[in-house]
Amino acid sequence: MRINFKTSYEHDIRLFPDWWSFFVYATLIVIAVALPWLMDDFFLGEVTNVLIWAIAGLGLMLLTGQTGQASLGHAAFLALGCYSCIIFMEQGWPFLIAFPAAGILTGVVGTIIAIPAIRLHGIYLAIATIALSILADDIIVLMEPITDGVSGKFAPMINIFGIEIERWTTPDRFYWLVLAVTILCTLAYRNLLRSPLGRAFAAVRDSEVSATAMGVHIARTKAAAFGISCAITGLAGALMGFYAGAFNNETFSIVISITLLMMIVIGGLGSIHGAFFGAVVVAFLPQFLSMTKDLIGGSSVAIPGLETGVFGMILILFILFEPMGIYGRWMKIRIWFELFPFARKDMFKRQKSYLKTERLR
Amino acid sequence: MSNLLEVKNATLKFGGVIAVNDLTFSVEEGEVYAIVGPNGAGKSTVFNLISRFYNPYAGAITFDGHNLLDRNADSVADLGIARTFQNIELFDHATVLQNLLVGRHRHRKTNMLQEMLFTPKVRQEEKRHREAVEEVIDFLDLQPYRDKMIAGLPYGVRKVVELGRALASGPRLLLLDEPASGLSVEETQDMRWWIDDIRKQMGITVLMVEHDMGLVSGVSDRVLALADGAKLAEGTPQQVQSDPAVIEAYLGAGAA
Repeated sequence: MRINFKTSYEHDIRLFPDWWSFFVYATLIVIAVALPWLMDDFFLGEVTNVLIWAIAGLGLMLLTGQTGQASLGHAAFLALGCYSCIIFMEQGWPFLIAFPAAGILTGVVGTIIAIPAIRLHGIYLAIATIALSILADDIIVLMEPITDGVSGKFAPMINIFGIEIERWTTPDRFYWLVLAVTILCTLAYRNLLRSPLGRAFAAVRDSEVSATAMGVHIARTKAAAFGISCAITGLAGALMGFYAGAFNNETFSIVISITLLMMIVIGGLGSIHGAFFGAVVVAFLPQFLSMTKDLIGGSSVAIPGLETGVFGMILILFILFEPMGIYGRWMKIRIWFELFPFARKDMFKRQKSYLKTERLR
Repeated sequence: MSNLLEVKNATLKFGGVIAVNDLTFSVEEGEVYAIVGPNGAGKSTVFNLISRFYNPYAGAITFDGHNLLDRNADSVADLGIARTFQNIELFDHATVLQNLLVGRHRHRKTNMLQEMLFTPKVRQEEKRHREAVEEVIDFLDLQPYRDKMIAGLPYGVRKVVELGRALASGPRLLLLDEPASGLSVEETQDMRWWIDDIRKQMGITVLMVEHDMGLVSGVSDRVLALADGAKLAEGTPQQVQSDPAVIEAYLGAGAA
């Protein structure tokens, strides 16, 4: 059992609580960087896909897991990030400018949309954001002169200081690019969590009344959460565009929004790990299913809706048996080993919550 | 001594129900002022008026010369008014330390971008916040719970954490909504000492709503008795306790 003695404030603020966890994450990053030499191109592509989903998941996690605002409209922000990045590049902007610009644009648009939307709570906010997902499709078709509508667009070659990066011809370089973005986004997320704004997010999620009494401006905090969340999602969207190579109005449908939300629930709401775990499930599930089908010799049989069916079933099982998601389960297993043999079965039983102050507005 | 908080002719109506009726009182700097009254007398409503969750129908509320009615609920804390809630409104899915740090929110000096990059200034500020919070932890003996999640803490500890969160904001006026409700005799005794120390050592003015008359008469300088939203009696704890109108409101006519 490891006991972490904190000896200074610095100790508590650090990214890694102790050398062991620093070592674990450093090893993870080294393996991640070395992955192109360890895997063939097909699996490398799949891992890239996982990372892109994880970035998108981080974006939604910040909003839903951290700030408690459900959104079913994040496919629209993926689309916005994707289209804006590629349109910027078609205007001759280099990738290194177009990519962050796409993120910022998505963030700004997200904030503007948030200003009316954050007046809604819970399920109503979810319903309002569904509208966004549906609208995005139509807007892309209507704005055909810019977006090429139904016929869609092709992702251009990425060029960073003369290094050419493309999904198919140089999958290793593309993977490293995605990995770099993933690490930067995770770092920004972690930094937010250990600073006042991140705590304000959690405060808004758990009790708006007392957050207000502590001087947290609810609307501004929620708008900031929307902005940052959409910016990260926009970056993921741009990478998704490059990953797919070609995309049109149907690429970022409402199904993507729902998948994204399910992903973070399965992964574990409110944790960075959850976004990654969920991404692994979402990205590998189709491959896993088709491989299983091959294995049992049913590869020639088409079963429509199999993927969504299995996905839905997994979601239901998680909500019933492990509401804290894969991350919650992982924590339980870890703590069981750390405390061995003192872990008790009821240790994680959820406490009955006490009566909440009546809603004041 | 000067008046820190002044409530003048405050009236609040919910439809036809008059929750607070033409209430006037003032709290002097450095005193402990208690509001008592039977259930539904409007005690918590007065608190919610001061923290601007409700808009008064008429009247004025000033704090140290600032008109509170000009402010939104989220900028009341900036003046140095912190509060606790009757039914504990903590951030359940965060640790005790994080909860107390939210109390420091009004001292935030960095912006979103700096925080995302975690610049040296943010780091420096974080240390400053932690120093302040650590003092509160020390004061309230919360060390064993520092990194525990609120969701797993017993009721009594939550009550203390909520007091700590309010203290962490470095207030001039502390509003305590039933600080001793649901606490055991021992915990109530602790609360009493803390309130005493908060006033004497930290020089914070305390305005509290409380039912426990033992606690009220033990710590408060002045007591205001409310019934049906109106002032019934005001004075020292002894004066209020022996006031015939107060006894009647609590026990019914004829009891006196």
